[in-house]
Amino acid sequence: MSIARFWRETPRRYNLGGSKCSNCGTVYFPPRAVCPECTHHRQSIEKMVPSQLSGDGEVLSYTIVHEAAEGFEMQVPYILALVGTPEGPVLTGQVVDIELPDIRIGLKVHATFRKLREEGKAGVIHYGYKFAPSEELETSLAPRGPSAAARVEDAPARDRASA
Amino acid sequence: MREVAVLGVGQTKFGELWDRSFREIGIEAGLQALVDAKLSSADLNGLFLGNMASGSLIDQEHIGPLILDYAGLGRRHLPAVRVEGGGASGALALHQGYLAVASGLYDYVVVGGAEKLTDVPDATATQITSSTADHEWEVVFGATLPALWALVARRHMHLYGTTREQLARVAVHDHQMGSKNPNAHYRNKLTLDQVLGAGPVAEPLGMLDCAPFSDGAAAVVLGPLETARRHTDTPIRIAASQVACDTMALQHRKEFTTLESTVVAAQQAFQHARRAPRDVTVAEIHDAYTISALVALEDLGFVEKGRAGPVFASGQFAGGGALTVNPSGGLKAQGRPFGAVGVAQVVEVVRQLRGEAKDRQIAGATLGLTHDVGGTGATSVVHLLERSN
Repeated sequence: MSIARFWRETPRRYNLGGSKCSNCGTVYFPPRAVCPECTHHRQSIEKMVPSQLSGDGEVLSYTIVHEAAEGFEMQVPYILALVGTPEGPVLTGQVVDIELPDIRIGLKVHATFRKLREEGKAGVIHYGYKFAPSEELETSLAPRGPSAAARVEDAPARDRASA
Repeated sequence: MREVAVLGVGQTKFGELWDRSFREIGIEAGLQALVDAKLSSADLNGLFLGNMASGSLIDQEHIGPLILDYAGLGRRHLPAVRVEGGGASGALALHQGYLAVASGLYDYVVVGGAEKLTDVPDATATQITSSTADHEWEVVFGATLPALWALVARRHMHLYGTTREQLARVAVHDHQMGSKNPNAHYRNKLTLDQVLGAGPVAEPLGMLDCAPFSDGAAAVVLGPLETARRHTDTPIRIAASQVACDTMALQHRKEFTTLESTVVAAQQAFQHARRAPRDVTVAEIHDAYTISALVALEDLGFVEKGRAGPVFASGQFAGGGALTVNPSGGLKAQGRPFGAVGVAQVVEVVRQLRGEAKDRQIAGATLGLTHDVGGTGATSVVHLLERSN
């Protein structure tokens, strides 16, 4: 992916900048030019204004991915989830800083800024949002036996991304 | 608008066709269909070719004239149009061919679907096929097509109590059906334990919950129903051809366990044909992932919402009942050459309605349905086909 192609979306991917229809009040992420909710959707043209998401969310569905998307091979197994926000939009993103058995529908999470993927050793590094639990978890604090599932490390936070 | 009939069908074997090129399989299916329709190529008015990603997969765009040329028709200067709608490309091409003949502008057209997925490594194929989801807001965040369908599956399990075993039953069923199909990518039968024990892809979906990457091509010849008897004793009327779209990304749907595009396309198709789901005797439905088939049965109106898991597991769609599902083996066993799938589904249903399906013939097949999906349901295409008396 070209640098510009990723860079032009940074206000959304870094800061959760969405948009709101000033006609009906519905919030969108990513931002939209036209409101799909307005019955006469033409009325919303040029009435969409910027609107910031709080980053709060709740897991609506999740999967543990073993066959990775390109650029995510080093992160398997990773959790991908549909995260519903109090503002309305639903986002697709990873859930990190959690033991695999702790993931469940209904888990409260908060957006966190992380490295998403890199294009090879010398390629572009992509940053954006992932989600971390924002409530107390049971097994995360329990002693880890040999059969305990691997911790979903957010490796990027510890190496190049934090440099 | 005039009535449109399928006059001829053709299909290659599906699978890892390493010794065969894209253009070879494309023309094999097309020429079979022309011969089957007893149609002189002089009467042909055009070609519609469904294909998802030839540019990424075989570095070849502009494949409409390529196939036309190697079918020996390059110097006839016929129009050849490629149609793309992700995994629904084939059925979308059929819809275009249907419109062309129904409008009266064209009399006879070939509709083909072809895809060559095994010329690239599996990881590359995963990336290319995942681009039928929203790259910027799903794939960039770690999604693949199976991962997105796994999100549908987990939500379906959460809301309706669908079980892992009920998902696996779909794969067992498909392989049972595919074992009788000489064109199928996989003809081996599967046990429930094999499906449950296969390596995970995106939980709860495992390797055997996912249709394979296949090479393959399929084609049909369409023409006006009024002159169809000149070509065949068993014209198959296209009773409905409906396309519906939805939001590109799964995350923007109101409900994650329903493909609204399928609901709308099916309702419009039944309304157009003045028929109901209970009239359908054979259906080829989108089962790219085991959960896809369960959701499809609900969205097409065959099963009440949320009930597909237990109803499917009862075995009532395996033949001998009112409705038989995926006699070809579906995408899971017959194979998944993306752009060819929607056309191959119609080839199977036509063979069933003609009574030419040999070992896998369904007794009394009268009305058939095909259901093709792109991505996670941004596009759904539904066709109804019936034997014309």
